Amino acid sequence: MKIPNIRWFSFWKLVLYASLAAGLYATVYRFVLGLGPSTNLTDQFPWGIWVGFDVLCGVMLAAGGFTLTGAVHIFNIKRLHPIVRPTVLTAFLGYVLVSLALMVDLGRPYNIWHPLIMWNPHSVMFEVGWCVMCYTTVLALEFSPIVLERFNLQKPLQYIRKALIPIVIAGVILSTLHQSSLGSVYLIVPTKLHPFWYSPLLPAFFFLSAVAVGLAMTIFESSLSAKHFGRQLELHILKDLGRALMVVLIVYSVLRVEDLVHRGVLKQVLVAGYERNLFLLEIALALVIPIVLLSFRRVRETPGGLYLASVCTLLGFVTNRLNVAVTGMEASAGVRYMPRWTEVAVTAAMVGAAFAIFGLAAKYLPIFPEEHEGEPVVAGQNAAAPVAVIQNAD
Amino acid sequence: MSKALLYDATLCIGCKQCEQACAEQNKLPYDDKVAAESRQSEHKFTVVLASTGGDKFMRRLCMNCNEPACASVCPVAALRKTSAGPVIYEASRCLGCRYCMLACPFGVPRYEWNSINPRVQKCTMCSNRVLAGKPTACAEICPTGATKFGERKELLGEARQRIKDNPANYVDHIYGEEEVGGTSVLLLSSVPFEDFGYRTDFPHDPLPNRTFAVQSRIPDFVPLWGSLLGGIWWITHRREEVAKTEGKNVPTKGGAK
Repeated sequence: MKIPNIRWFSFWKLVLYASLAAGLYATVYRFVLGLGPSTNLTDQFPWGIWVGFDVLCGVMLAAGGFTLTGAVHIFNIKRLHPIVRPTVLTAFLGYVLVSLALMVDLGRPYNIWHPLIMWNPHSVMFEVGWCVMCYTTVLALEFSPIVLERFNLQKPLQYIRKALIPIVIAGVILSTLHQSSLGSVYLIVPTKLHPFWYSPLLPAFFFLSAVAVGLAMTIFESSLSAKHFGRQLELHILKDLGRALMVVLIVYSVLRVEDLVHRGVLKQVLVAGYERNLFLLEIALALVIPIVLLSFRRVRETPGGLYLASVCTLLGFVTNRLNVAVTGMEASAGVRYMPRWTEVAVTAAMVGAAFAIFGLAAKYLPIFPEEHEGEPVVAGQNAAAPVAVIQNAD
Repeated sequence: MSKALLYDATLCIGCKQCEQACAEQNKLPYDDKVAAESRQSEHKFTVVLASTGGDKFMRRLCMNCNEPACASVCPVAALRKTSAGPVIYEASRCLGCRYCMLACPFGVPRYEWNSINPRVQKCTMCSNRVLAGKPTACAEICPTGATKFGERKELLGEARQRIKDNPANYVDHIYGEEEVGGTSVLLLSSVPFEDFGYRTDFPHDPLPNRTFAVQSRIPDFVPLWGSLLGGIWWITHRREEVAKTEGKNVPTKGGAK
């Protein structure tokens, strides 16, 4: 395997170095001075973007891992196989970064292991903590064949392949649980969260949107890496994902509207206001625009159209998570929250690190199908890679 | 039996001795500057609020809920409801996620934001004193009996009697009797509770029920979802096996791989 040279300087590389440096400085600042001076968090507003973006969005954006491994290994949709590896890599990176970000946000991060021995099964946070811990392990196992192949370690590779299906099933179960549970986190605040977002269906919404975002993220990341690494785009795969994305978005929309109607909240949409505006922004970005875009064949079947629809979906559901965590909680708290520069810097550095590590891994590890063509792939489904190559050719 | 506090605002003279006793009990500084602060904070667990006219008073402190949201959400059970009534906090367990602060419907828990080893801070209803059979510091010091310590059931009866005996003097509402499933702090007032920031639109069922309705399904859901996924895998891969076997036995067919 050839080791490509790294270009150390370019516009985006400089942006990356700047964000990593600022993030590092902000992290040191936070650990030296404490959360008070380093954030805009208060007794009235204890959770900011480190929870709203780093944790809620981070876990959501990593949902492609369970969506794709489930589709390929359980539902046996073989044609999706070539994009499983980059998606699992994204997910693994996502969860590692979420855990790191959590260490910055926790007041006593050295106690992060306490849920292992100090139990409170009634707590959603307890369950999410365990699920995230177990699922990160699952992702490490799902990702391990890539590293093992790179160093040609056949023995452990065989063990992993034998255990793959139970591992994938465990991953899907754990993801179903904690993706929905991040919504359940807010079930305890019926008196605090704005009725646009508080619903007994929060766990269902969080789960469904995680599936949608998993698909959108896969399209987004395939498009980007096709451009960045000069690879051929797996357009036939992305078309399928686009169609699946549209179906999930429609199902989500129907459920969301039904919920708003039954809770009698729909008429509040007509009343102008801060929450209303951000609610409409979310609905437009996450649901209306992508569904309209994807309903045109021209859009659904072209790289540019799919890319645009996926970016809209991602921005829309990021808005949704921030609305739940920030916008919807402001009125009851009686304060407006804007993140401090330190909070933004740490978050930006996490995003930057995700891009950087993905880029490095893509360079040094057999992530993309071309590079391990013909070799046994994750599932040990030898047929999958050649099939993909044949489909690529037409 | 469960202990409680009954605060009758009509008896309160706003002397703030409860604030001072609370500070002493919790080893917190108390001077004129602290006395002038009208908000609960990490160094002031109870405040006596005065109306703009200066003639009506109201206390704010942790309500020590019967089924506290803070304790239900804590991933490490650092917050706990004791059978005696107080909701207590064990800093050594805490990992600092601040979910308790988010979950509390009364917005009570405070954080030591300026510490690098921060604790959640709130009134714990003098749990040590209560366990030793003594009243809370605030109830013991109160010169007018506005804050009274006792059995929750008896205090509720007494509160009801006071409203009945003197209906013109009270809002017909014992705050804390039913709010979010009931609290160990009960309030009586002659002016609407909203005037002092107490919300009266709270549901009467305990908030943890909302979470538990979903969480309690998990043990049933896991084997169900697992067997469904396993079944789907078995069915979707069965076709392949069949194709493979047929391909071996009948090589002439050629089409199957």
